[in-house]
Amino acid sequence: MTRTSSDASDPPDRVTGISAGPGADQAPDLAELLKLSGRGDEAAFARLYDATAARAFGLAVRVVRDPSQAEEVAQEAFLEIWRTASRFDQSKGSAVSWILTLVHRKAVDRVRSAEASTRRDTTYHQGNHKIEHDSTAEAAQASMEARRVRQAMSSLTEVQREALELAYFKGYTHTEVASMLDLPVGTAKTRIRDGLIRLRDTMGVGQ
Amino acid sequence: MKESLHALSGAYVVDALDQEEREAFERHLPRCLDCQAEVASLREATALMADDAAMTPPDSLRTSVLAGISTIRPLPPEIAHPRTEESAPSNVVPMRRRRFRVASLVAAAAVAASVAVGVAWHPWDDQNTSSVSAADQVLAAADAQKVSLDFKDGSSASVYRSKSKGKAVILTDGMAAPPSGKVYELWFQDSKGTMVPAGLMPKSPDAKVLLRGNASGATAVGITVEPDGGSQAPTTAPIALFDLDKGTT
Repeated sequence: MTRTSSDASDPPDRVTGISAGPGADQAPDLAELLKLSGRGDEAAFARLYDATAARAFGLAVRVVRDPSQAEEVAQEAFLEIWRTASRFDQSKGSAVSWILTLVHRKAVDRVRSAEASTRRDTTYHQGNHKIEHDSTAEAAQASMEARRVRQAMSSLTEVQREALELAYFKGYTHTEVASMLDLPVGTAKTRIRDGLIRLRDTMGVGQ
Repeated sequence: MKESLHALSGAYVVDALDQEEREAFERHLPRCLDCQAEVASLREATALMADDAAMTPPDSLRTSVLAGISTIRPLPPEIAHPRTEESAPSNVVPMRRRRFRVASLVAAAAVAASVAVGVAWHPWDDQNTSSVSAADQVLAAADAQKVSLDFKDGSSASVYRSKSKGKAVILTDGMAAPPSGKVYELWFQDSKGTMVPAGLMPKSPDAKVLLRGNASGATAVGITVEPDGGSQAPTTAPIALFDLDKGTT
């Protein structure tokens, strides 16, 4: 570390100032943790992991279904996040959306390639693992947000919501979604986009 | 064309495009500020949806992630050229955007026949990790030629070669795993029919691999099944041969 700018004070104790404290109620600054991770700070990355792993893993489970494959997907994604943390740019979007984008892409790539090589075993591991819904502080915190999201989702039209969920949580292409929902080819992508725009505007994010 | 690409933004952020559409949209994105802004804002919305899916991961995940990072060197930041339009108000999500920025700079440099590109990326130096962007640069090259083959088992593969970069990339979709103890090896074939080793395929059905060595003089790219570790010359007949003379741009 050679020079410091006004916002990076180069403290000897790198986690000071971003510690969430023992209560951990305060959400840690994920963007800051990513920045530290980009410099090779493993402790910061561990905290980043703890703050996001439930969402990342849960998203992977939703998409790939099989928990052991979801674990592999999440592992790959976190290693990629570590490797590319320096490429994260806070001015272009939130840390959590950057992280979950990466997880989602890996999960979808996994189900598509599994389908391409064999169309028979999509559920072949299911039932081998017991998954419990999260009971940690993150989940508690997330669940309030989740309730708002669920409300916002319920403001979508039925077809918007179904199209969005089939695409995002089940990893289907918009063409597949159109066919599953008996929509004219090419209209599912519009429904997905309309749904996301509505969700975005209702939740007031991304502005 | 632009109109219809723009309509793909929502499907793009939920990864609901097929590969061709995804590639088309990603070529469009660096040139369209509207799409960049929309993609960034819609990504925030998708991240919210994931809140509802939160689930405690097994402890083994934490252990393996934290053990894994200690063996991986984080990439350095990409240093933008001071004279690029870095301050332009664009809003695409960083990970992708950076890659496009590099790709478009490289394309611009190629057009201008300029050699000096002031961007610190890490070309061709590490097959397994940082070559992602190197491969993407070949895919994005203005002179990239593509040769695709479909196989009987439903899998397919495409080779992209950019003469200006002297590099080739193979994309596979649904490749069956090689027999145990074997590996798929890649080759450049020259005009005399000689096969030159160009690296090994990873054992995953869907891969994007930058071939090792200079691709500009190759007439074909071949894949053979070789003993683990690969061979210096093919020991079996190619299971696939991509004739680069038939490439389309």
